[in-house]
Order: sequence, then structure tokens, then C-alpha cells
Amino acid sequence: MPDLGQYSGPVLSAYAVSTVLIVVVTALSLWRAAKVKKQLAKIEKRHKDNG
Amino acid sequence: MRLTDRVLPVVTVLSVGALLVGLIWGFFFTPDDYKQGSTVKIIYLHVPSALMAINAWLMMFVASLIWLIRRHHVSALAARAAAPIGVTMTLIALFTGAIWGQPMWGTYWAWDPRLTSFMILFVFYLGYIALWAAIEDQDTAADLTSVLCLVGSIFALLSRYAVNFWNQGLHQGASLSVDSAQPVDNVFRYPLFVSMAGFMFLFVALVLLRTRTEIRSRRMAALIARERSA
Repeated sequence: MPDLGQYSGPVLSAYAVSTVLIVVVTALSLWRAAKVKKQLAKIEKRHKDNG
Repeated sequence: MRLTDRVLPVVTVLSVGALLVGLIWGFFFTPDDYKQGSTVKIIYLHVPSALMAINAWLMMFVASLIWLIRRHHVSALAARAAAPIGVTMTLIALFTGAIWGQPMWGTYWAWDPRLTSFMILFVFYLGYIALWAAIEDQDTAADLTSVLCLVGSIFALLSRYAVNFWNQGLHQGASLSVDSAQPVDNVFRYPLFVSMAGFMFLFVALVLLRTRTEIRSRRMAALIARERSA
């Protein structure tokens, strides 16, 4: 860990908040992608079964 | 979809790799600045996120123009997919800028031309996302959000060039430029370039992923409508 001196609070909080925001937007994108893909597969299967 | 099946994993690996290398290099292996001290390490988050916040809107601008002129549905969906990523980048840029501003300028916020135009861009992002969510008819939503995007592009350009138009603000000039006289030393510049590449690849990967989701969502809505009408 580098010595951040008197600015350790601002520097660490900038990295922490940015990491959280990037993780949240990525996780939400992946979660919605998986959910929509699953729902579409279900509907397409129903369509196929019904002819 | 077949093309993005191949491209998405490559862009994802590039994104994760460049982000890890750029941020670890910048955080752990660069010295403190003689004026800014260790707060210079915030540059590896602030500059790339601000750049992507503006570029995301410009990408939405191009996609919106394609929708308005050619009525190409994927372009409208790509613009919609980019907005949440753009707003996240804007939020990171605003937050890291404020965190850096307090020890360096003595204030978290000033009504400086660049900061103000960036805040307006953030509001435009929120309005754009809200407008897509508020209108049920997807083509009408695409029309109206495209017009909003064209108007907001003025502020995207202002956020980029405000420091050149008005010089009375607190915000310094561009950290990187094509001129030979670089304001940033190489020891900071190289990890910054890697971090910028990481943010760019992250944006591309998320836009591809979200656009595929929007296309699937549109197909799902069409199938459900067909079921109801049958």
C-alpha cells in the first residue's frame, strides 16, 4: 500500500466509490441480460410448441 | 448477434486487463506530484471517466441521427443501451472531481463553466433515461429521446471545450493534448493511457451487452403481442 499521506481519505474514497459504481452498472447489465435471455427462450419455446 | 458473440468476449478481456493494469500501475507504482501530492492518483479515474461521459453522449448523438434519418431500430436501441453507462461515467467524473477539488481548490464544487456544463450533461442523461422509460410506444420514445440527445450534444461539446471558451473558471485546461507541450509527465501519462483504454473497452463491452439485451427485449415484446392478437 503506497503512503498517501494527508490525502489518503480523498484518494481512497475516490477509488472506492468509482469501483462500486462500475461494479453496480456491470452487475445490473449482466443480471438484466441473463433475465431477458431466459424469458425470451421460454417464450420462443412456447411459440414453437404451439406451432 | 453472431458478430457480437465473437467480439464481446475479446472486448471484455481487454477491458478487465487494461483497467487492472492502468489502475494498479497508477495507484501503486507512480510517485506523488510535487504540487498535488497523492491526489494525483485520482487522475486515473477522473480523466478516463470524464472522457467516456462525453464520448458516450457523442456515440448516442450519432446513433440518434441514424435513427432519425434511416429509422434503423438497432441504432435507437444502442443509444438507449449507452445512456446508463454514460450517466455512471458522468457520476464518477463529478464525484472524483469534487473529491480532488476539496484539497486542491478548497471547495468540492464551483460554478465553473466546465463543471456546470458537466452537471447539465448529467441532468440530460437522467432526462434521457426517464424519457425512454416514460413512453410506451417505442418508436415515439426513440423519436423524442433522439431530439433530446441532439439538444444535449451542445452541453457534451461545452463540457469538452468550456475551458477553451472561458478562461475565468477554476478547472485547468486539458490534461492531454496532441500538442508537443504536454502538461502531464510521462510517469503519469502512460498509466493514464492504459486506464483510458480500459474505460473505453468497458464502455464498448457494456454497450454491446446492453444492446443485445434491448434487441432480445424488443423481440420478446413482439412475440407477446403476437400471442395476444392470435
